[in-house]
Amino acid sequence: MNIPNLIKMANQIGAFFEAMPNHEQAVKDIASHIQRSWDPRMRAALLRHIGDAGDAELSPMVREAFVLVKKAG
Amino acid sequence: MNDIDYGTPAVVADREVTLNIDGVAVSVPAGTTVMRAAVQAGVMIPKLCATDSLEPFGSCRLCLVEIEGRRGYPSSCTTPAEAGMKVRTQSPKLADLRRNVMELYISDHPLDCLTCAANGNCELQTMAGTVGLREVRYGMAGANHFTDVKKDESNPYFTYDPGKCIVCNRCVRACEETQGTFALTISGRGFESRVSAGQSEDFMDSECVSCGACVNACPTATLMEKTVIAKGQAEHSVTTTCAYCGVGCGFKAEMQGSEVVRMVPWKDGRANEGHACVKGRFAWGYATHADRITKPMIRAKISDPWREVSWEEAIAHAAGEFRRIQDKHGRNSIGALVSSRCTNEEDYLVQKLVRAAFGNNNVDTCARVCHSPTGYGLKQTLGESAGTQTFKSVEKADVIMVVGANPTDGHPVFASRMKRRLRAGAKLIVLDPREIDLVKSPHIRADHHLKLRPGTNVAVLTALAHVIVTEGLVNERFIAERCEAQAFADWREFVARPANSPEALEADSGVPAAEVRAAARLYATGGNAAIYYGLGVTEHSQGSTAVIAIANLAMATGNVGREGVGVNPLRGQNNVQGSCDMGSFPHELPGYRHVSDTITRELFEHAWNVSIQPEPGLRIPNMFEAALDGSFRALYCQGEDPVQSDPNTQHVQSALAAMECVVVQDLFLNETAKFAHVFLPGASFLEKDGTFTNAERRISRVRKVMAPLSGKADWEVTMALSNALGYPMHYEHPSQIMDEIARLTPTFAGVSFDKIDRLGSLQWPCNDETPEGTPTMHVDSFVRGKGRFLITQYVPTDEKVTRKFPLLLTTGRVLSQYNVGAQTRRTENVRFYDEDRLEIHPHDAEERGISNGDWVGIQSRAGDTVLRATVTERVQPGVVYTTFHFPESGANVITTDNSDWATNCPEYKVTAVELVHVDQPSEWQLRNAHEDKVQRRLLAGATAK
Ligand code: SF4
Ligand code: SF4
Ligand code: SF4
Ligand code: FES
Repeated sequence: MNIPNLIKMANQIGAFFEAMPNHEQAVKDIASHIQRSWDPRMRAALLRHIGDAGDAELSPMVREAFVLVKKAG
Repeated sequence: MNDIDYGTPAVVADREVTLNIDGVAVSVPAGTTVMRAAVQAGVMIPKLCATDSLEPFGSCRLCLVEIEGRRGYPSSCTTPAEAGMKVRTQSPKLADLRRNVMELYISDHPLDCLTCAANGNCELQTMAGTVGLREVRYGMAGANHFTDVKKDESNPYFTYDPGKCIVCNRCVRACEETQGTFALTISGRGFESRVSAGQSEDFMDSECVSCGACVNACPTATLMEKTVIAKGQAEHSVTTTCAYCGVGCGFKAEMQGSEVVRMVPWKDGRANEGHACVKGRFAWGYATHADRITKPMIRAKISDPWREVSWEEAIAHAAGEFRRIQDKHGRNSIGALVSSRCTNEEDYLVQKLVRAAFGNNNVDTCARVCHSPTGYGLKQTLGESAGTQTFKSVEKADVIMVVGANPTDGHPVFASRMKRRLRAGAKLIVLDPREIDLVKSPHIRADHHLKLRPGTNVAVLTALAHVIVTEGLVNERFIAERCEAQAFADWREFVARPANSPEALEADSGVPAAEVRAAARLYATGGNAAIYYGLGVTEHSQGSTAVIAIANLAMATGNVGREGVGVNPLRGQNNVQGSCDMGSFPHELPGYRHVSDTITRELFEHAWNVSIQPEPGLRIPNMFEAALDGSFRALYCQGEDPVQSDPNTQHVQSALAAMECVVVQDLFLNETAKFAHVFLPGASFLEKDGTFTNAERRISRVRKVMAPLSGKADWEVTMALSNALGYPMHYEHPSQIMDEIARLTPTFAGVSFDKIDRLGSLQWPCNDETPEGTPTMHVDSFVRGKGRFLITQYVPTDEKVTRKFPLLLTTGRVLSQYNVGAQTRRTENVRFYDEDRLEIHPHDAEERGISNGDWVGIQSRAGDTVLRATVTERVQPGVVYTTFHFPESGANVITTDNSDWATNCPEYKVTAVELVHVDQPSEWQLRNAHEDKVQRRLLAGATAK
């Protein structure tokens, strides 16, 4: 999968939830949105990329969210 | 075959009056005319100028009656029924008067009845018979008897023969009242008076939009469909539903055997109530166009010539390829696209095929690229992925807000309804970068046109909310009763921030703050306020956020849950709502239930006898990415043409070229079929049974009027494919598919073909609590319980203007063409619009030395193409606009991969571009034209055999 695209999509999702007042809930919502709408191969590709190259291109909340995505498997 | 004509429109009143007509007592709502009451009592009073789709006019004097206690002979079409009235419709005196009227009409009417196209269906003829006209004492001196008056045949679909006009004014009134275009007038006096289009122009050169309402209303052959002139009157009719836009107009297909003679809008169709537009009424000739492909074809490589094969061979080949690829690359390496053009039953079957026979969730619908944000946004806030009202509800709206929609072109029949309400005094707010027709049309002026810059919907919608909150215009009671308190408090705090004020956002949106404030006050305080929105809202990187912002506005002002208000997505294609309802998304089973929901999954697993994957599959753009990546290798594409309709054409083309097996099922060899290995001929809406669900959640029947040209309806093809894949499907009729949908989907539990046949149509949810359907949603509480406000932070799109790309391109549609144009381009509608043009403001044009009609190269980050320029002030400086109806224009070569954050709906509405004056097509266009020729050659081999 095209990694820059996945990163962009993830950050876009992050940008919507970042405005929410409850940080913890927002992180959960980002993770759940990705979990519920991304085909597993897209999640796996981005997790692999994070494993190899780090998560610097992701916005801070999306980084937190991907920790949850990884846990959920 | 003709419906009863009650002469004057139905009246709704709380009070009934009882009167006596020819000795029969009849009760009618107060305000009903004597004429209509008579029809109800079973008495037909002769008439010519009256018809029940139009307000009475009282000009022909044929409908005279006697009323006890009144002097003279009042015309029954203009006299209201009163309690206790005693009416006589027949007497020697009345007969005499009527004969005299008729005699005068006939004295100047050509007497070529036997060869007239209306013969057998002419009201003048019938009335002459009814009143017993036996002689015409004025001789044959009438000018129209012999002189050939020139016919106006300029319109491709109907003719105007002034010699036959009886000046009843029905056409003029139809154009005003029904259509709202005001194209016709009566010119001249006495025997010389005639109907004329505009300033005595041809119909084609006038303001006429070819809706056909005047043709429908004309009692004579003066305005007549060319197909009737060519073929004669029909002998039977079948009620069905238009296959073009999301209005979902009901039609009577008038037939001679299995040949359509004309399409007449169905009076009892609740979406359209007897009206239609140029597409549905006239543009159906594509169904029998010579380009139709009616035999299955296969080929090994896309550079090979096509080979016609039997259905069995084609299906076996496709199934074999799908299984071969799955064996080699895994279960998830194949998928399907379904179309919002197809019926509910077909959509349901394809997603079932994918989930049960392919064994994955890789199914998506073209709603992905239009209204997927609606599904997401409305579900999150209100709890159901659908509009809240009926179309008729607009008749009770006091304020109408149109956001990113162009109803007069995209949803013309609903636009006519809306315009009627606006002419009656409702206020209008338009949010659109472009001056759509509605902003200024006959007897309508928008009260506020917020001419925002493309990509700033969320900024403007949030600013509207800011004004409502900070100026104390919130409906506190509604919110306290019906919405989540904490979510509302968070939202209120957010929108009230100075950063969300119209003043702060003015620089981004380009809309003067005072205009935003005035519009917000009007929306919040003007009475019943209804929002109608379209793809100008959804097709953005913040499409879902904008839908949420719209729902927030409606909740904040209490404009949900009754007639005249609500949140109304105007759906592009006929069955966008339906295809979404049917589980055509990769993450949802029918009824918008997520695939991870175990209870739902088990329900389907049990019914289908398979196990269903709990993880979402690939969406359309993800499929293309995965294809380039090698993990997605085969596609079954039913009724969809992503190469033309999806953004960044070159990207889509390379993705398709990378696949090992592409199966296209369509009426025509479309752009996507150039990349196909198997072609399965599709059936048009005239060739199959099923249902469509329109933008008001209305499920209407599509009925077969002719046998499928290819021998199979689309649902039969999907079934055959499934059987060949080893997953048995056995349905004898689409009604059985609907029965299965009803068994498995709570919102459809009460739906069946029988019930739809009985009630005409049905709005879901339809179940035990609402056995006859649900016209208005969220009446006492929201579907999700409490309404949920969500914060809508404006995030500017990445598609920004720069020095290199200083203009913003946005896209739209015209009335006469439909989406990718595959159907309308194959009709006479091309005479109204035969190429995509680029609209550009005079200021931007001048700066670049571009004049009207010049060829301009348009370059974006994704690609470039060439179109001809139309210099116009409809667009604002800095913004250019085009349509995407013709494949050769390559409008989507320039649109980018940007998409909505929540749903991946492409951002068609904002592309940064630069223009240059050029004198030849773009490289892509030259290449495409060449490939077109090659493909036609590859096809020629197959069809020649
Ligand atoms: S076709 Fe429609 S728009 Fe044209 S003149 Fe008739 S009613 Fe008016
Ligand atoms: S064209 Fe037809 S509808 Fe119009 S005034 Fe003449 S007869 Fe009546
Ligand atoms: S408004 Fe839409 S549904 Fe109605 S006739 Fe026109 S295209 Fe068909
Ligand atoms: S029908 Fe009543 S006046 Fe013509």
